[in-house]
Amino acid sequence: MKSARKTAKAAAAAIAEPGPREDDRARSLVTPEGVDLKLRLGDAGERAAALLIDLAIMLGVLIAFALLALLAMIGSKGKGWEVIGTAALLVFFVLRNLYFVLFELTPGAATPGKRAMGLRVAARNGGRLTADAIFARNAMREIELYLPLSFLASNGDQVGAWVNLAGLVWCGVFVLFPLFNRDRLRVGDLVAGTWVVKAPTRKLAPDLVETSRPSVGRFKFTMAQLDAYGVKELHVLEDVLRRYEIKTIALVAARIRLKIGWQAAPDESDGDFLAAYYAALRGRLESRLLLGKRRKDKHDKS
Amino acid sequence: MAELHLKSYRFRAEREDDWRRLEKLLTKVGKGSPRALSDEELLAMPVLYRQALSSLSVARATSLDQGLVDYLESLSTRAYFLVYGTRSNLVERVGGFFARAWPEAAKALWRETLASFLLTLAGVLAAYFLTLHDPDWFSAFVPDGLANGRGPTASVEAMRATLYDKGKHDGLSVFAAFLFTHNSGVAIFAFALGFAFCLPTAMLMAYNGAMLGAFLAVFGMRGLGFEAGGWLAIHGVTEISAVILAGAAGLRIGWTLAFPGDLSRPAAMAQAGRQSATLMAGVVVMLFCAGILEGVGRQVIQNDFARYGVALATLVAWPAYLYLPRRQSSRGGSVA
Repeated sequence: MKSARKTAKAAAAAIAEPGPREDDRARSLVTPEGVDLKLRLGDAGERAAALLIDLAIMLGVLIAFALLALLAMIGSKGKGWEVIGTAALLVFFVLRNLYFVLFELTPGAATPGKRAMGLRVAARNGGRLTADAIFARNAMREIELYLPLSFLASNGDQVGAWVNLAGLVWCGVFVLFPLFNRDRLRVGDLVAGTWVVKAPTRKLAPDLVETSRPSVGRFKFTMAQLDAYGVKELHVLEDVLRRYEIKTIALVAARIRLKIGWQAAPDESDGDFLAAYYAALRGRLESRLLLGKRRKDKHDKS
Repeated sequence: MAELHLKSYRFRAEREDDWRRLEKLLTKVGKGSPRALSDEELLAMPVLYRQALSSLSVARATSLDQGLVDYLESLSTRAYFLVYGTRSNLVERVGGFFARAWPEAAKALWRETLASFLLTLAGVLAAYFLTLHDPDWFSAFVPDGLANGRGPTASVEAMRATLYDKGKHDGLSVFAAFLFTHNSGVAIFAFALGFAFCLPTAMLMAYNGAMLGAFLAVFGMRGLGFEAGGWLAIHGVTEISAVILAGAAGLRIGWTLAFPGDLSRPAAMAQAGRQSATLMAGVVVMLFCAGILEGVGRQVIQNDFARYGVALATLVAWPAYLYLPRRQSSRGGSVA
C-alpha cells in the first residue's frame, strides 16, 4: 500500500515536473547494419545476485553429489572408493573451474544465475564472444572470488590472522574493482574484453491507443490543451496507464485536468479521460515528429 | 477519431506478425541449441532480424509508444546476439584450438615464456646450491607436508624407497585425478595472480623452481641424483613446462596492464587476456597429460632408463608441437 502511494506521488510529480531522466548505464552498440541497439549494463546488485544464485547452485550440486557418493560407498561396501574418489575430484574441479565457462559458452552466454537476473556476457567491441575470452574472464575468478573466500575460511593463530587480514584487504582491490569503473567491469571483464549487459525478454504490450478505442470519441481536446505536454510527460503517462493503479490514475488525472483546464463531465471516469488524453497527445506529438519536431518535454517551446 | 490517424498504430499492425515470428524462433533457440531450428527457419532468421532492426529505427524516429520501442530493442538485441554470435560447433573449435590457436599463442608469448623459464631456473640453481652448502635450507624451501619424510636427515635407504613403488597399484586413477586437478588449480591461480603487475606470479615461479632445486639437492648429496632425475622427469618435463607457460600467461597480462603499448589499456588488456587464456587452456591439457604420467606412468614404470625415455620423448614432443614453424593456414585468426 505504501509503495503504491509512493509510485502514485512519484508519477504525479513526474507529470508536474519531470526530472532529468539520466541513463548512465546505457552503452551504444552499433550493429553492422548501422543501428544502435543501446545496450544497458547490468548493475552491481544484479550481478552480485546472479553470483549468489550460481554459488548456491554449485553448493547444491556438491551436497547432492556428496550424498550420492556416500550412498554408493555404502552400497559397494567401500570397494568403489577409487571410482568415487576420482569422480569427486573431477566434479569439484569442473564446478570450480568450468561451471561458468561451460554455461557462458551456450548461445545465451549466461550462467543460470545471470539468466535469472536477465543478464548476459557480451564482447565490449561488439564482435562475437569467443571461447578464449570466456575462459579468460572466468580464470580471473581465482583471485576475485576463490582467493578472498579462502582467506575468509582459513583460521590460524595470531600472526596468521593478521596475514589473513592483510591478504583480504589486498584481495578487496580485485573484489571491489567493478564498483570503481564506469562500465562495471570486474577484473575478468577487463582481461577478457567483455562486459555484462541486460538482455531482458520483453513481451509486446498492447498498444494503449488500441485499448482506449471505444471511449476516445467522447473527448475533444483543443490544440492548446494538447500542447501542454511533451514526449517525456507522454512516456510517464504511458507508464501510469500500463500499471493502472487506481490511486495513481486519480492523482494524475486530477493534475492534468488542472493543467489543461478540463471540466470533467459528471459520469467521466479518470481512466477513460487519461486514455483519451494519451491517444490525443500521442497523435499530436507524433504528427509533429513527422515534421521533424520532437518536443522533448513541456518546457520545450519549439 | 484520433486512432485512425496514428501512423505508429498502423505501422505496428502491419509488422507485428513478423516480430512475433522472430520472437518465437528466438524462444525456440533459447530452449535448445541452434540446431533446434529447421533449415527454413534458419534462413528466415537473418531476414527477420533485419526487419526487426529497421522497424526499430523507424519506431524510434516516428513512434512515441515507449512499450513498442522497448520491445523492439529487446527483440533486436536478442536476435543480434544470435545472428552474430558464435557459429562454429564444438568439434571445429577444439580442432582449431589444437591446430592453430594454442601453438600460435605459445609462440606469441615467447618472451614471457623465456622470462618465466629463467625465473624458475634461478630458483632451481639458488635452492640447489644453498641446500648443498647447508642442508638446513631444505626445510625453508620445501613445506613439511610435501617433503613427506624426505630430507637431509633421512637415510639413503629411506630416500631410495620414496623413488620406487614396490606395492600394488591401488587407486592410481584417484592419484592422477588429484594431481591433475590440484596442479591445474595452481596453474590457473598463477595465471590470475599475474594481474597484480606480475610480481606474485614471478615469485611463484621462482619458488616453484626453489622447491625443485632443494629436492634435487637432497637426493644429489646421497648419490641418488640419477634415480631422482628419472623419478621427476617422467612427468616433470610436462608439468614444469606447463607451469612455466602458465607463469608466462600471467606475466603477459600483468605486463600489459603496466605497459599497454600502442593500444589503449582496455584494448591491450583484452588482446593480451584472450591470447593468454588460449595458452592457459593448453596448460590445462598439458597438466592432464602430466597427471596421467605421474599418477599412473611413474607407478607402473619402475625402470630408470624407461623413465628417462618417456621424459626425453616429452621433452622433444612439446617444443616441437608448440614452436616448430608450420604452414600458415588460410583461415588464421584466434579460436572462435
